[in-house]
Amino acid sequence: MAVLSTREKLAILSEAAKYDASCASSGAPKRDSLKTRGIGSTEGMGICHAYAPDGRCISLLKILLTNFCIYDCAYCINRSSSNTRRARFSVEEVVRLTMAFYKRNYIEGLFLSSGVIRSPDETMAEIVEVARRLREEENFAGYIHLKTIPECSPELLEAAGRYADRLSINVELPTDEGVKRLAPEKRPETIRLSMASLRLKIEEKSEPTLKTRKRQRFAPGGQSTQMIVGADQTSDDGILRTSSRLYGSYQLRRVYYSAFSPIPDASSALPPKKPPLMREHRLYQADWLMRFYGFDQPEILSGKTDGMLDLDVDPKLAWALRNRGRFPVDVNRAEREALLRVPGLGTRAVHRIIETRPYRRLRLEDVGRICQSIARVRPFIVAAGWTPGMTLDAEGLRGKLAPAPRQLSLL
Amino acid sequence: MSAAPHLALARFTVALAAQTDFAGWREAARRLMLNGVKPEEIAWTVDRLRVDETAAALPAVPQGSRLDVPRSFVERAESVFCHSDPERFAFLYRLLWRLSREPALLHVASDPDVRRFEAMDKAVRRDIHKMRAFVRFRRIEDDLGESYAAWFEPDHFIVERNAPFFVKRFAGMRWTILTPCASATWDGDELSFGPGAARAGAPREDDAEELWRTYFSSIFNPARLKVKAMQAEMPKKYWRNLPEATLIPGLIAGADKAAKDMIARMPTPAPAHHEKLQARHWSVREPEAGDGGDAETIAELREAAKGCRRCPLWRDATQTVFGEGPESARWMFVGEQPGDQEDLAGKPFVGPAGKVFDAILDEAGIDRDQVYVTNAVKHFKFEPRGKRRIHSKPNAGEVRACRWWLDKELALVKPDLVVALGATAAQSLLGKAVPVTKMRGQTIEREDGLKVFITIHPSFILRIPDPADAAAERKRFLGDLQAVRRLATA
Repeated sequence: MAVLSTREKLAILSEAAKYDASCASSGAPKRDSLKTRGIGSTEGMGICHAYAPDGRCISLLKILLTNFCIYDCAYCINRSSSNTRRARFSVEEVVRLTMAFYKRNYIEGLFLSSGVIRSPDETMAEIVEVARRLREEENFAGYIHLKTIPECSPELLEAAGRYADRLSINVELPTDEGVKRLAPEKRPETIRLSMASLRLKIEEKSEPTLKTRKRQRFAPGGQSTQMIVGADQTSDDGILRTSSRLYGSYQLRRVYYSAFSPIPDASSALPPKKPPLMREHRLYQADWLMRFYGFDQPEILSGKTDGMLDLDVDPKLAWALRNRGRFPVDVNRAEREALLRVPGLGTRAVHRIIETRPYRRLRLEDVGRICQSIARVRPFIVAAGWTPGMTLDAEGLRGKLAPAPRQLSLL
Repeated sequence: MSAAPHLALARFTVALAAQTDFAGWREAARRLMLNGVKPEEIAWTVDRLRVDETAAALPAVPQGSRLDVPRSFVERAESVFCHSDPERFAFLYRLLWRLSREPALLHVASDPDVRRFEAMDKAVRRDIHKMRAFVRFRRIEDDLGESYAAWFEPDHFIVERNAPFFVKRFAGMRWTILTPCASATWDGDELSFGPGAARAGAPREDDAEELWRTYFSSIFNPARLKVKAMQAEMPKKYWRNLPEATLIPGLIAGADKAAKDMIARMPTPAPAHHEKLQARHWSVREPEAGDGGDAETIAELREAAKGCRRCPLWRDATQTVFGEGPESARWMFVGEQPGDQEDLAGKPFVGPAGKVFDAILDEAGIDRDQVYVTNAVKHFKFEPRGKRRIHSKPNAGEVRACRWWLDKELALVKPDLVVALGATAAQSLLGKAVPVTKMRGQTIEREDGLKVFITIHPSFILRIPDPADAAAERKRFLGDLQAVRRLATA
């Protein structure tokens, strides 16, 4: 085989990583390089350094160490039966690339994943070695996210957690049956066990030790996972049910949804079609309702029979339209929980309304100045001098609030 | 909103030393406020040469008077001060004036001035954020070695405010950021500011850019083209200073065809190495676990129970939590079902209730290592509630399904006495619902001769809110376990 240049490897191994949705660099503790005179900092909030024309942010150098893989997962471009070009970075190359990109302010850090070659331990050891060199030899204080190989040994997991800000293990598909069918060598039981042991480790290490009273460092940015949407038949309700279970069981920071995208040299096990981007978007919105708006998972699609999120209106508005009896909500009196359910009021707007209430009785125009668009909010609230009257019962309310149908180019 | 008065008509004209001279504004505002000078009587301007003149013309602070301003105002005013709006000096003074009469003003999010204050603050913060994101350093070599320089065009006067961020992030390298109105330089020890510069003063290229462009185009998935979403976050005005942006038009133009090609391409036969990998790694598939019917030891039984699908509870749980203890144990304790911690650890009675159980067992003089501890139901049943899992009671069907395993455990361990901890355990062991509170402390002999001692589940103690009641209940439970010990040693 011809020797590939770093640039050729970079092309192959970032191409191979682009179907993984996660890219966030948030959740790390604040740190900087002032004392060490090294390179890198994290601010808690991540920074997106560029955006690709697919609208997704580029915050991390997201690459695979290698795309050689012994697994044969139908949805993955790197499966062993795929004819994709193969390459393998050396540890040294990844360290050099990360530092070169970081010093030019192209990236916030590294997201390193890998195909599994030979054995899970051997692959994981190399991933950990990259992180170790960055931290210990380069004095790198930027963000590091490592993908964990579920079958790897506890010692490697422990080391990974010491260097990384975040660890992740992909559940891949929302049901065990889906995994068994499309990723026959993967074992859902093992994936669950790995997530459980990660949660236990994170909780154990975040307790101050008796000796030093200092917390040990172990994946302070928590763990996350990714689920592919649309490669099997699971409904949105089923997907959200799995997410809700994952959040509750393993304290995940994020569940990423990745619309199944056609891949070059696709497996014949999957019908080739365009990725369901709008469905993915709605799932993210529903996920926010669970994490920030106090919705329990079963509520989100309550009253809907097909278990699918509406594509033309967002899940909160769809929920409100199905539960009109809970509106209008009085912005001058209602509790925070009730305000959070008003379509068009985000967490910040709700916070501002509550902060203002002791000093002013809010009129409709006051709310209008606080929220993004009063048109969406108006039918669902009561304010000083304003009641929505009969509009809530109006047949055409949905039509008024839903965007006009438009031609979607790639959906 | 009143426009700033014409310079000639104003009672006072304040000249600031620079667009970012917040200290100068603050001092002037303090003096004017304490002398009751109304906002409409002041004109603000930036004129380095007239600063001294202003200081002389402003009224002195009256003896003993002081100005109290909320700290949050000062902090945010400093940020708003970086805004490029030339009216900001007058606006901030007006807000200060109102604040002295309406102390809670900043809490009134619906007030138009407060909205404007917040909007300006937000614009500055966004500009700061975009600078952190879109500054692109280029590497240069000089006598001292490598250093880095960047050209950036911010919307607001943020260079001074934002520079400490770059110091903290790039402490270990020497760098300069040039902008049209100011420049910042870090020499590895000290941060300094200089005047504005021209774009031509920045380096033109960097050999890492080709790699970066390779990455940018490879990470883009043409099947997901969303140009609007990209531009909302990375507006075109930034593109001319981003080395990767030159690729964007081409990537967009080619996306449709690239996506269609991916879909149209027929699957190709697997490469040769695929068969080899399959043979090497996956030729020996793990055998399907049996139902444990022929298990001769607890270890075999535990192995078989790992794949249990006798009821649907396995779906949401992490793993089967099987019984633990010596196979020769004389006493067996049966609880209800594993909880959150047990589900994660794969061991029975390790969570909060398990800790209570351990402590009381110890007090009763029973060595946990000498007893067999298990549950009536081996998978955790719960409802997700936010980020927590709320235990939910197994139903009769689930208890019945799981008796398969409990019966096998009993048959292998052959204990002299079984302790049913709580109603679910009693129901499983006796085959019918039993009123635990009424029957606790009693020993019931099953038809097959097995003696079952009835008591509560230790989690019951944890759920009692009143500490005195909980202590009393703990004592009763200890009494039950002491009775168990007497029974078994008798």
